[in-house]
Amino acid sequence: MSRAVIRDSLSISIAVGAYGAAFGVASVAAGLTVLQTCALSLLLFSGASQFAVAGVIGAGGSALSAIAASGLLALRNGFYGARMAPLLKVRGIKRILASQITIDESTAIALAHESESEADARKGFWLTGVGIYLFWNLATLIGALGANALGDPAQWGLDATIPAAFLGLLWPRLKSSLSKIVAIGAIALALILTPFLTPGIPIIACVVIPLIAGWRVRS
Amino acid sequence: MMWTAVIGASVLAFAFKYIGQSIPESVLANPRIARIADLIPTALLAGLVAVQTFADKTTLVIDQRLAGLAVAAIALYLRANFLVMLIAATATSALLHQI
Repeated sequence: MSRAVIRDSLSISIAVGAYGAAFGVASVAAGLTVLQTCALSLLLFSGASQFAVAGVIGAGGSALSAIAASGLLALRNGFYGARMAPLLKVRGIKRILASQITIDESTAIALAHESESEADARKGFWLTGVGIYLFWNLATLIGALGANALGDPAQWGLDATIPAAFLGLLWPRLKSSLSKIVAIGAIALALILTPFLTPGIPIIACVVIPLIAGWRVRS
Repeated sequence: MMWTAVIGASVLAFAFKYIGQSIPESVLANPRIARIADLIPTALLAGLVAVQTFADKTTLVIDQRLAGLAVAAIALYLRANFLVMLIAATATSALLHQI
């Protein structure tokens, strides 16, 4: 295994894992308990989807809205899984473990090393996935306990943490003009629907925009 | 209610991950489906930014969260680290809350 794979995997594990602290803070600020917050990092383990659960619950949405918004964001992990499966070639318990750590970063590291050697790509996937899982869960616990000790979320500015986190997750996706149009359309639609619908539903409604844009536009 | 959301979202996310690992890649290789799948997170995240910044239940308001978001956007534009950006946004909102 090349040292570049180990170096890349470890550095991304520490850097991304640390964001778990931000999730821990945001989730507790949104009204989830420390235990529920840690359960999301352990069981759900997909950053944007976890923030969506906290965001929708914090905004007063129902459990079903939270599940739907989170699920729509988790769909892409299925596409990553389909891309990784021929590379990983795992079955049984190993496939279950591989599935749980199929996220943005483990997939990206595997793809980055795939052209050099398939063995390196596999190692990169496992090292990155397991590394982020460990750091992310540890950081979540620290963040959640910290926010729990602080008290009133708004007083500490934590009401701005979740929207800023979503902006940070959105930012790298705004490279093409199509994605910018989709983002602007989604912002407009969510705001127009907010006064008329139960909290959480306007976010889920945004899914119609990529359906229309992705269906019609030729790349 | 909270636990329903936590467990339900976790089960759904795992199902997507596992199904993806278990179906032939060609099923998801259709360029139109791939493009839509790539755009869904963009739309959802943009909608979440909007609602989390302006919504108070079903009312649209402008408050310290918008100032926090503006600072976050500047930080991202300046290629700041994710945590630095979050701290800057949070500190901005906290400061305005004190005034």
